[in-house]
Amino acid sequence: MQISKVVEKMQPSGIRAFFDLVLGMKDVISLGVGEPDFVTPWQIREAGIYSLEQGFTSYTSNKGLYKLRLGLHRYLKNKFGLDYCPDEEILITVGVSEGLDLVLRAIINPGDKVLVPVPSYVSYGPVTELAGGTPVYIDTSKDGFKITPKLLEKHIDKKVKAIVLNYPTNPTGVSYRRKELEEINRILLKHKILCISDEVYGDLTYDFGHTAFPTLPGAKKNTVYFNGFSKSFAMTGWRVGFACGPKEIIAAMTKIHQYTIMCVPITSQIAAAEALVSGKRSVEQMKREYGRRRELMTVELNSLGLKCSRPQGAFYIFPSIKSTGLSSMEFSRKLLEEEKVAVVPGTAFGACCEGYIRISYASSLDNLKEALARIKKFLEKRTPRA
Amino acid sequence: MDEILEILEKDGRASIEDIAKMVRKKPDEVKKIIKKYEKEGAILKYKAVINKDLVKDNESEVRALIEVNIVPQKDLGFDKIAERIYSFPEVTSCYLISGTYDLLVVVEGRNLHTVSNFVAEKLSCLENVRGTATHFLLKKYKEDGVILKHKSDENKRIAISY
Repeated sequence: MQISKVVEKMQPSGIRAFFDLVLGMKDVISLGVGEPDFVTPWQIREAGIYSLEQGFTSYTSNKGLYKLRLGLHRYLKNKFGLDYCPDEEILITVGVSEGLDLVLRAIINPGDKVLVPVPSYVSYGPVTELAGGTPVYIDTSKDGFKITPKLLEKHIDKKVKAIVLNYPTNPTGVSYRRKELEEINRILLKHKILCISDEVYGDLTYDFGHTAFPTLPGAKKNTVYFNGFSKSFAMTGWRVGFACGPKEIIAAMTKIHQYTIMCVPITSQIAAAEALVSGKRSVEQMKREYGRRRELMTVELNSLGLKCSRPQGAFYIFPSIKSTGLSSMEFSRKLLEEEKVAVVPGTAFGACCEGYIRISYASSLDNLKEALARIKKFLEKRTPRA
Repeated sequence: MDEILEILEKDGRASIEDIAKMVRKKPDEVKKIIKKYEKEGAILKYKAVINKDLVKDNESEVRALIEVNIVPQKDLGFDKIAERIYSFPEVTSCYLISGTYDLLVVVEGRNLHTVSNFVAEKLSCLENVRGTATHFLLKKYKEDGVILKHKSDENKRIAISY
């Protein structure tokens, strides 16, 4: 069978084999997990269970339960002062992942370019290609893993239709202050480039308030804002995200969504609606816990000689392993085989990340400390003795 | 609540060094703050939460929740009589509550008899005690925020993901 040329060209990469290796191994301490180590708060789970008992097992409208869209409308209004119409400007999706796929398919015509600052979450490039577009990767590794106005301007030409921003960023934990975002926004508006803003880690911002991109001057009509319940409410397995944006883009996305997905599972939507009502306190508690682990990891990794800056959000830290002389993949593989600690090689998130690894601190303090001790042992074995 | 207290409330054995790293302070400073809390009585003591169902010895304990109706004393209210009650070593907790009864007293004893004896011979005879209702505890599910079920180590997350 001839597989589609686009799909065939997509990178399976060495990462997949490494992931399989991790999954096949026992008693591994994994710092490679991209999801919270908390379970969904009970009141949210209970709402899901109750809805099943009550017999809510049907389809919902394509856009998603009105109750949930209305809840999101209020949530965004309270939190950011954003006013998205629940009827026309909000779409409930299967996680942010589906939403990103929808928006790229909704806007891309053959030959269109999409800017992707790297390191980035793994799906942006491939999904752009599937939609018939061309991803243009912007290497941010020399600018503290941040997209700067200068870097941005350098990559803009007439074919650039959109940019995918993600902050706080997976895998680096980097985020942006309002001022920095304002400059980026000005450039995007000037060149009429759509901002696709993946802010799924927004609630996990530690040092300053999170700025939602559409709150910037003039940005709302030029932005599709994405968020979800996975990271902030520890609901990864429920698969609920949402997209907010100009009504013509949301309408186009809904067209694709209705043919491919139909609707997000009703149980998940009901649980998500409950999360908006009663989950705030749990989010705060989880954030404080992550914040403390972040401080500990930053100090410990730097003292081991794995240089890293203090993350500002999400639950990732992105240390350099260049001092070991190993490549990202070698380091990760050897650490797994010798000390049974799993991390993700930086190269999974972009070729420019050779020499880095992603460590997730969404793991218990005991696990983190044990993993640090093992990493220390691993590094000591490699330091030539005087 | 101060983050240091939050950390210690969850894990009384957290080391000064780890706490210092987590709250971005010098260890000496953290030590000083904790000492202050201890002195003020904000931190009363450190103890382990033990699931006694899993401790296999013969000294199993019986616990009872006793609702106590009392006649408050002039000028002293409930405090004086409460003190007389909570000073008994058998009493592990004592609360003044609103509702039908005044004091909720938790009593622990070797067996049913020791607890009944305590109620009959000590508690009920106190001058200001008007009546008691004793409820023996049958099973503990959750105590002080800790679910008393043996935790399985099963990891529900897949070991690696983006």
